[in-house]
Amino acid sequence: MALLVVLVTSLLAAAVLAFVGDRKYAHEINIIGSGATFAASIFLAFEVYESGPMLAGGDFFFVDAFNVYLAVLTAFVSTTTAIFSRKYMKFERAHGRIGHKSMRFYHAMFQLFIFAMLLALLTNNVGVLWISMELATLSTVLLVSLYRTPAAIEAAWKYFILCGVGIALALFGTVLLYFAAEKVFGEGTQGLLWTNLSQASGQLEPTVLSLAFIFLMVGYGTKVGLVPLHNWLPDAHSEGPTPISAVLSGLLLNVALYALVRCKVIVDGATHSNKTGYIMMAFGLLSIIVASFSLLRQKDIKRMFAYSSIEHMGIATFAFGLGGPVATFGALLHMLVHSITKSAIFFTVGHASQMNSTQDMSSIRGLVKGNPLVGWGLMLGVVAIAGVPPFGVFTSEFLILTAAMKNAPYLAPIFLLGIAVAFAALFKRAMPMVFGDPGPSQRPLKASHFPVIVHLVLILVLGLYMPVFLNDWFHKAVELLK
Amino acid sequence: MIRQYYPILIESLQVILVLLGGPLLVGWVRMLKCWTQGRRSAGLLQPMRDVTKLFVKETVLAENASWIFRSTPYIVFGATLMAGAIIPVVSADLPLAATADIIALVAIFALARFFTALAGLDTGTAFGGMGTSREMMVSSLAEPAVLMSVFTVSLVSHSTSLSHMVHELTTVSFVLRPSLAFALLAFILIAIAETGRIPVDNPSTHLELTMIHEAMLLEYSGRHLALIEWASMMKLFLFASLGIALFLPWGIAGIDDPGMLPVALVALAVKLALTGVFIVLVETGLSKMRIFRVAEFLGMAFLLASLGMLSYFILE
Amino acid sequence: MSLSLAAQINSVLAALILLTSFALLVQRRVQGLLHIFAWQGLLLSISTAVVGYSAGLHHLYISALLTLTLKVFALPYILYVLIHKLKIHKEVEEVVNIPTTMIIGIALVIFSYDLTSPIRELSTLVTRSTLAVALSTVMLGLLMMITRKKALTQIVGFLSLENGLFFAATSATYGMPLVVELGVALDILIAAFIFGIFFFQIRTTFDSLDLKEMEKLKEDE
Repeated sequence: MALLVVLVTSLLAAAVLAFVGDRKYAHEINIIGSGATFAASIFLAFEVYESGPMLAGGDFFFVDAFNVYLAVLTAFVSTTTAIFSRKYMKFERAHGRIGHKSMRFYHAMFQLFIFAMLLALLTNNVGVLWISMELATLSTVLLVSLYRTPAAIEAAWKYFILCGVGIALALFGTVLLYFAAEKVFGEGTQGLLWTNLSQASGQLEPTVLSLAFIFLMVGYGTKVGLVPLHNWLPDAHSEGPTPISAVLSGLLLNVALYALVRCKVIVDGATHSNKTGYIMMAFGLLSIIVASFSLLRQKDIKRMFAYSSIEHMGIATFAFGLGGPVATFGALLHMLVHSITKSAIFFTVGHASQMNSTQDMSSIRGLVKGNPLVGWGLMLGVVAIAGVPPFGVFTSEFLILTAAMKNAPYLAPIFLLGIAVAFAALFKRAMPMVFGDPGPSQRPLKASHFPVIVHLVLILVLGLYMPVFLNDWFHKAVELLK
Repeated sequence: MIRQYYPILIESLQVILVLLGGPLLVGWVRMLKCWTQGRRSAGLLQPMRDVTKLFVKETVLAENASWIFRSTPYIVFGATLMAGAIIPVVSADLPLAATADIIALVAIFALARFFTALAGLDTGTAFGGMGTSREMMVSSLAEPAVLMSVFTVSLVSHSTSLSHMVHELTTVSFVLRPSLAFALLAFILIAIAETGRIPVDNPSTHLELTMIHEAMLLEYSGRHLALIEWASMMKLFLFASLGIALFLPWGIAGIDDPGMLPVALVALAVKLALTGVFIVLVETGLSKMRIFRVAEFLGMAFLLASLGMLSYFILE
Repeated sequence: MSLSLAAQINSVLAALILLTSFALLVQRRVQGLLHIFAWQGLLLSISTAVVGYSAGLHHLYISALLTLTLKVFALPYILYVLIHKLKIHKEVEEVVNIPTTMIIGIALVIFSYDLTSPIRELSTLVTRSTLAVALSTVMLGLLMMITRKKALTQIVGFLSLENGLFFAATSATYGMPLVVELGVALDILIAAFIFGIFFFQIRTTFDSLDLKEMEKLKEDE
């Protein structure tokens, strides 16, 4: 029941918002829609927590510890983003960066995007997983080009084409998966259900699945933003409206990684080897290194944090590839903390660039003096994302590093190097922006305080203390992914 | 008795057929063309009359012409006739076919072309050189395509010997083969280029900017010209019958099957007549393409031939 | 080498689909591209119907019909209207010249053949040999997107790539379950509307559909 509410609310909200358009209360409806989804997702989480994994809707949906936490996370971040976007988008509207039609479009597509991601997370059908991933791409493409500037359109086009192609290859992988499954389950939907596939993975043909995994890796890997398939990501993040950057970075990448990990479980069961793990480790490490060095060269603030997202997705992918309970636990935690931290950063970055009316980092100065919350929020966000101790990112990175030291000691230094370079780059850029004197052109602004504070508190709490239920969840998920 | 001489008989019949068939086919094409253009035709035998007339005319040689120039017509004629003795036109059972397979056949045509090109350069005229360079461009592009195309047929029939290939193709039951369809298309394109027909070259023009083949022959006269003209007519005939033998072999007389010969002759005549119609349709429908487009045209032929070969592996 | 008639027809159709893929690479005129794309869709739809008939799977008729309406009529029509409204008549511009593209294309076909060979050995379906063609169509669509400059040609490449995926689904497994096929079709339709909107956006912002002008977002700005 809660499951149905989770999915229907966002779809309904999308329809209502398409109808409401640019009315004053559209922002509130957006918030209520996301909030209701969040509430329902918590109910769903309770159900799953108490009664274990469950199938619903004629095996169409499957909820277990792995996806329910991501669903709650998705609903949560979408709610805070909706709250943030109320002030942010009003500012943009007031300054004429977007028009009447765009506003309607923005709200409807935002909810549709959330729906697509939740569907991707909760479905049991690998084919539907693909469809909803594609839907998630399609619903955000035109949001990236919302500002209609040449750069925004170029970014959106790149996003559309690269992700379209990537995801098409993932469909080919899915076809191959079904091909192997058909031999075991016969014709029909049964062969695409993840629960069936993972149970019977031992009977699936290993050669076909290895081939399928390569396509799935390239396909979903493009959406995760793994190097060398990452080209679309910095552009799409930097040119779209900031709330969209926040959800793209904080949620979509997670969902894509989720899809990849789900497929990995099946393939591993069939091949009885860790080939897929090695592939993911390679992609992960490459992403960490390339992204962290690219961080050094960035001038655009949103672009820089987009690269930071690539780096962190690389870390999670590397950890999933590493396998084993500690690394998997670390990866799951990392997906959670990165998502919360990065969306908080994008909230502050959005306000920072509104205050200075630029995204150029050399022109953003003295945020603390201009607006203490934005300034300190950005500073703390950077501290957290760079992996400084009290925050959650440190915990997860530490776990992953420990696992890497144990299982792949020769890779650990590379991993560490990437994190260190990213740390240096982020601080070098963030310090002058946060401290110092504000430029003359800086304008005051009503910032959205609540989302930033909630995210930062959460991330601090997660660094200091791991709630029992979360711990339980992660342990269950680790079991599932073994 | 008959059985003993059958190979010789069939071989002679074939050679005579090629010698006469070439001019007849060209005559037929010209006749059809006249009809489509609403002109009165000169009759089926006109090319034959042209050739005989050229034989009695005086042969003029350029002062600086070397032995290459003088021997080329004989080499070209001889090589073409040799090819005519190999390609199964009416019967798959050709004694000489065993001496050379399809690769050798391509080489024989290449030999003729090589000497024509040398002769074009030999007299040192501007047109000869131009024609040669163009001819070489065309043939360097056409040769890989022609090999790919015939190899596809070889793959299907598991042999490179022409008579064996034709035998194989006529005896197996009919199967839809995309590879052969592609190879046939490629072959048609190549044959158009090799025999110098529209849209690659125009055999009936001496317009200096567009000609390819004719430009190399400008210095020839008398019996030399007669031999070369005759050879090029035979070449058209041979390409047509090679295409027929490889792709539409039904009706050809099998091995040790002299009774089929009359049927085969009729079948051949019908198929060639239809080929003539096809040529005329193409030539009236299309205009000659710019020389730079020829490379693309042959590239397409190569592509089709490769696709044919690939689809043999992939699909069959 | 005795193949059933359905398999023969199917392999001929596969060969023709491969041919249309190459034709898309070779074609210079924008309208010609649309015609070839429509033909490819038609061949795909016939092939799906033939497979459905020979295997007695009726849900394939639905996906054949879906392909027919979407790929043969709807999408080419949308694109046709777009090129008329935006007045695109120019020749297709290529980044890599056509002969080179063709050679790369042939290499890709061989690569696909090699890649799918383990599957061919495992499959028992009559359509198994066409899987290599399907993958080739995907690869050639990808090649087309990489080697062409205009937005429209990239889109046609993308759609041809999708055709390849549909074909792969039919040839490897007699089609995905209907839910998935319908979902994929819906996604493609949405994508079609999005690139329609996109064309206008690109046009009004750049005054051309040439992606050459979209080179602002580079790493070293």
